[in-house]
Amino acid sequence: MMPLLQIRNLNLGLKRAGSSYALLHDVSFDIMPGEIYGLVGESGSGKSVTSLAVIGLLKKPLQVLGGEINFRGKNLLALRRREMRAMRGRRIAMVFQEPMTALNPLATIGRQIAEMYVLHQAKNWSEAGQLAVEALASVRVPNPERRAKDYPHQMSGGLRQRVMIAMALACNPDLLIADEPTTALDVTVQAEVLKLIRELCAERGTAVLFISHDLGVIAEMCQRVGVMYAGCLVEENDTAALFANPRHEYTRGLLGALPRMGSRLEHGRQRLVDIDSVIEDRSTLTSRRFITPRQDIAAQ
Amino acid sequence: MKFGFNFILGATLTTLVILGGLLAPWLANFDPVFDADLMNAELPPDWTFWFGTDAQGRDVYSRILYGAQISLTVGIVSQVINTFIGVALGMSAAYWGGWWDDLVNGLTNVMLAIPSLIFALAVMAVLGPGLASLLIALGLTNWSWTCRIARSSTLSLKTLGYVQAAQTLGYGDVRIMFTQILPNIMGPVLVMATLGMGSAVLSEAALSFLGLGIQPPFPSWGSMLTDARQLIQLAPWTAIFPGLAIFLAVLGFNLLGDGLRDILDPHMRTRLS
Repeated sequence: MMPLLQIRNLNLGLKRAGSSYALLHDVSFDIMPGEIYGLVGESGSGKSVTSLAVIGLLKKPLQVLGGEINFRGKNLLALRRREMRAMRGRRIAMVFQEPMTALNPLATIGRQIAEMYVLHQAKNWSEAGQLAVEALASVRVPNPERRAKDYPHQMSGGLRQRVMIAMALACNPDLLIADEPTTALDVTVQAEVLKLIRELCAERGTAVLFISHDLGVIAEMCQRVGVMYAGCLVEENDTAALFANPRHEYTRGLLGALPRMGSRLEHGRQRLVDIDSVIEDRSTLTSRRFITPRQDIAAQ
Repeated sequence: MKFGFNFILGATLTTLVILGGLLAPWLANFDPVFDADLMNAELPPDWTFWFGTDAQGRDVYSRILYGAQISLTVGIVSQVINTFIGVALGMSAAYWGGWWDDLVNGLTNVMLAIPSLIFALAVMAVLGPGLASLLIALGLTNWSWTCRIARSSTLSLKTLGYVQAAQTLGYGDVRIMFTQILPNIMGPVLVMATLGMGSAVLSEAALSFLGLGIQPPFPSWGSMLTDARQLIQLAPWTAIFPGLAIFLAVLGFNLLGDGLRDILDPHMRTRLS
């Protein structure tokens, strides 16, 4: 089967007059149609810029320096602004970390969802309003008719994230980018929202690029995982295989740093492993020797 | 929905002033220009001349009603032009940034550096006196604060989640500006616009005072005040009533703007209801 999204040797960085500063080094991975692909890594490892590159919203001075992002066989990096905009919301959509600020405070949520249908499917407002209520029902918002008339500040974080998901999935995109969609939510709400994303995407055959630093969430959600560190994809595997048998030292460190129930007794460990250096100044790193500041982990 | 006290008072005052202007031909007891009678000059208020008469014996009450037409036209039209220019420039500058932002910023700074009345005087000198040139002069010279406010509000909104979310959902730049940004900067812009209406009324008075505004004998509140300047001790009513009219109109505009801001804010909306 042909991959839905194919990222090939993506290099990305800050570019100013005369100097460039690489942030991603030759990142390559594929996402199959309908697959949930997880991207893990610590803060600053390049997960979010990768997703912004896919959706075409890198802001200057961030710039793609090389590589290809093929989506359904078309290189997104070669598209014109207008063509790329037509992709967003229609073929590729995104859900953010912050549900509290991701909705326009001055419009009812019904209107905001309806706008997706008006914008992308040329529906009139009354039709779109109906579809918006249905969309709210599909993300299991109780009482969708009444809720459609609410303003964002009248809803809880979990509900707002459901509304965001409803907007993102309104036009049945092929790919949903979920950038830490549950980080800002309570644990119980988090579980519901994750379940919702998984079920809705399975129903519609939507592939998900799921970004998180929470290995527990990744394990629960994803079929395959890529581990990012310092702008490189250091390891990629099926989720089960990766957790059972991490090959890269950094992945091992990351898994070791994960607190587990009863870990002291069962695993005979006294302390959690800590990864003690923060990501170094990247200008000194090259793709080949990026791991050197953490040779201590490798040495263990 | 319940309205705040400010809104009710402001809307009442504004409506009164607008109605006074619109219905002037029916409400006025005398013709504001031609019923001059030097035998009746400088009479204090009585049952015939409700607000007294001026130096030419014209009825101050009738002149205030007709003056409302001029003052309101100047206040509203020039402020609509200002707000339009200011918001368009400020919002697009902040949203697109780059050279366009630099250009708009430079222009705004130049406008702020020149006292707007002096600039308006220059424009009036080129266009010649009259209502139309008054509107153009005041409409082109007072947008800099609106522009500043629109720009800074847009800058702070631009980084917010919902503007970025709208981009990821495929909204175009213009749609984002109109649906996501404009409604959210309307509060401060409206307040600026209503404050500006008050100051436009005052600028009109100043320009008329300098002989570049409404030409005598046609009444505007500003020119009435100017005429009253010499009579302020002999016939204080010639100054008090136009001054009161300006005061009430400006107060009405400001309270209306305040009230509108409260209504446009959905947080306030649930609190009130």
